[in-house]
Amino acid sequence: MSGSLTAVILVMAAATVLSRVAPFLFLGRHAERPWVRYLGRGVPPVIVTLLVIYCLRGVRIDAWPYGLPELGALVVTVGLHLAWGNALISIAAGTGLYMFLQQSGVLS
Amino acid sequence: MRPSRPLFFHALKATLPVIVGYVPLGFAFGLLFAELGHHWAWAMAMSLAVYAGAAQFLAVGLLAAGAGLVDIGIATLILNARHAFFGVSLLERWRTHPIKKAFLIFWLTDETYAVITSLKAPEGTRETDFHLWVAGLNYAAWNTGTVAGAITGQALAFDTTGMDFALTALFAVLLVEQIREVRQPFPFLLALAAGLATLALFGAEHMLLISIGLSLYLLMLTGRRRAWR
Repeated sequence: MSGSLTAVILVMAAATVLSRVAPFLFLGRHAERPWVRYLGRGVPPVIVTLLVIYCLRGVRIDAWPYGLPELGALVVTVGLHLAWGNALISIAAGTGLYMFLQQSGVLS
Repeated sequence: MRPSRPLFFHALKATLPVIVGYVPLGFAFGLLFAELGHHWAWAMAMSLAVYAGAAQFLAVGLLAAGAGLVDIGIATLILNARHAFFGVSLLERWRTHPIKKAFLIFWLTDETYAVITSLKAPEGTRETDFHLWVAGLNYAAWNTGTVAGAITGQALAFDTTGMDFALTALFAVLLVEQIREVRQPFPFLLALAAGLATLALFGAEHMLLISIGLSLYLLMLTGRRRAWR
């Protein structure tokens, strides 16, 4: 079993490295091209937006509590960030509220 | 000009939310992996060598289901293909020593990418060194969590329920930063539409890769029509 586990880890490591190194191997000479620069500007906002949606993918808005814990925690996070601009405070407060809502059972 | 504090502390402050998210997530992975009945060193080996959270969680399920090597390899490749899109935006910024660059590429996760593309390196410092500290700290956090989780086995001393929201909150904060910097609604609206559409059509399991592919395709189409401006 440990032999095949070694193989699993090696295959997964190779697949992951391949996906991370691909643009550097295949696009290196094209870094100055207009379309690469365009993607460099456009990709980050797209990815961050999609990661937020992805993180919230499991939220059920058709059943109690209708995603209220997530919504409340996000409002606190974004609101604090707009007010003070300190990422740590925003994230800690939002996460703290979310953990309280999940663990205390006030919304269950 | 030297930074007033070592770059390490700047990086630590920038990526602390990721560390706070990675330690419990790595811990959870270690716990799950230990339940497969393997020695904790195997969980550590996988986190050290693979370092891709989503793929590692997927692998635990696949291993438990007795999936083959080819299945696990293809699943990892599909799930991690999104990382290839990250590199595109870093090609120009990561012109540095080959060994440093190799580590930056190996350590390129969703969260690391989000932090380094949204937060600026302190003034008077080399950007790639800042990125190396951020990426390395995240790697250390993931592996620390994994080892602790795998060794601890079942005994959870602290209720971490809901702590994974730290990652959601981090992305929300980074989204605010991106909106402030980009000042152009188009890429956000495009991603929002593509994300919600794929979530509705393909479900939560597959939405990330499909929505990234779709968004990038639409971004390219629009870019070509605007002559890449």
